Amino acid sequence: MKKLLEILQAEGPVSTEELAVRLGKTPEEIEATLASLREQGVLLRYAALVNWEATAEHEKLYAFINVTATPEHGRGFDKVAEYLSRFDEVHSLYLMSGVADLCVVVEGRDFRDISRFVAEKLAPTPGVTSTATSFVLKTYKMEGVSLFGETKNGRLAVSP
Amino acid sequence: MAREMPPSGIREFFDLVQGREDVISLGVGEPDFATPWKICDAVVEGLRQGQTSYTSNYGSLELREEIARDAAERYGLNYSPHDQILLTNGVSEALDLVMRAVLEPGDEVLVPEPCYVSYKPTVVMAGATPVVVETRMADSFKLRADALEAALTPRTRMLVLNYPNNPTGAIMTAAELAPVARLAEEHNLLVVSDEIYAHLTYTGRHACFPALPGMLERTIWLNGFSKAYAMTGWRLGYACGPAELIEAMMRIHSYTALCAPVVAQVGAQEALAHGDEEMQAMVAQYDQRRRVLVQGFHDLGVPCFEPGGAFYTFPSIAHTGMTSAEFSRALLFEENVAAVPGTAFGACGEGYLRCTYATHLDLIKEALERMGRLLARRGVASA
Repeated sequence: MKKLLEILQAEGPVSTEELAVRLGKTPEEIEATLASLREQGVLLRYAALVNWEATAEHEKLYAFINVTATPEHGRGFDKVAEYLSRFDEVHSLYLMSGVADLCVVVEGRDFRDISRFVAEKLAPTPGVTSTATSFVLKTYKMEGVSLFGETKNGRLAVSP
Repeated sequence: MAREMPPSGIREFFDLVQGREDVISLGVGEPDFATPWKICDAVVEGLRQGQTSYTSNYGSLELREEIARDAAERYGLNYSPHDQILLTNGVSEALDLVMRAVLEPGDEVLVPEPCYVSYKPTVVMAGATPVVVETRMADSFKLRADALEAALTPRTRMLVLNYPNNPTGAIMTAAELAPVARLAEEHNLLVVSDEIYAHLTYTGRHACFPALPGMLERTIWLNGFSKAYAMTGWRLGYACGPAELIEAMMRIHSYTALCAPVVAQVGAQEALAHGDEEMQAMVAQYDQRRRVLVQGFHDLGVPCFEPGGAFYTFPSIAHTGMTSAEFSRALLFEENVAAVPGTAFGACGEGYLRCTYATHLDLIKEALERMGRLLARRGVASA
């Protein structure tokens, strides 16, 4: 199952037949595993890995925002996290160890767009006590892909 | 002697491929991955710290200790790092050393074929005589004890084993190796077991020859870093065995090579200590590609036994009516796919091709499509 997930995470959708061959399973076994992974919320969706910085207009910008918040008895930070997760601007959201309680990754068109979201939506959220916004200036590696390019292996076409 | 030494069949084929563009190569005997960065980084740091000198003729003691630990943990082998392990310039040098250290003119060496291109020449260069023992697809290219026995003479001194095998991808289990070990014992043979592909075993666990009962004392075990850790160009292998033999090999090595490159030794130390995860990730990739390539041959009606190790398949193209050389040339000139004719690995490789899957999955799929086009154009029905 780990191998199956690693293939899908690295390559996106792959046909059931091909997965069956590569993993030495029957197509039926693969189908059943995929269905169960979807049902358990392990396999969420297939998506492309996009480097927005390489687009001509540089259409998206990201900020990592460290948020401290007041936990609730018996629920911790779940309520404030659930509220924040509803905003389309929130790209991902994590409960953190360390100084901050939550890390909110916010996606916007430009600096102003993100600043407005932080000032008008995030900071005033009940329970949020502070925010510290760090804008992403340049991406060097994302989801395991180095934007410096792959190391080329200069091997010969035929060797012993 | 050099004048009489023929160029390897691989070299001849390489000359054909050179200069052609857009060739998909299934002819490569090395990983398509670069060496894991962790290993390269350790070497950069080593250079910064001035690790640029000769090491002991045997190789650095730290690395020999690491090899001894690794061999003990993986296979239960008990080699002393002080006098039973020799670092060499690839397994290739170790092969040459063992032949020169052990063989006398008139000695015979049993060499199962198809096999790696160096075995017979190194035997010949040591003044001895290679005696071929053929293996067959019907036996999944495993070495049969009866075939081995038939080739024995009073002059037989040595047996060369290579499982997982280049070029066939065959592996042998401990049970299958047991009768071979018995013959080695009965006839007092030294066994040179080249297990460079040991980590690349996909079906079951690798059966290590010197770990078989009674075989530690009569085996020179060859291994290295090229294949498992994608370190071919670093040129580092090692030989382990009885102290007096390793010492004899070390003496020749000390005059011809002095020591293995220190840079490679630093990288190898890191590979053994911390490279397991990266290595396993590469093995997992090879395994998937192996299945795709073998299934692809089956879908084309090309008979191919399922290889259990290394990164080679050895499909049969006998049903096409072409020889290995003819088929390889047609595949190259008409479809731009390079695969090495089986005859490069011995006469009994006639009718086969060596196709590696140490190549990106997309290229493997494309190569299969191209081979399908060639077969269709030639009107070849499924075997």
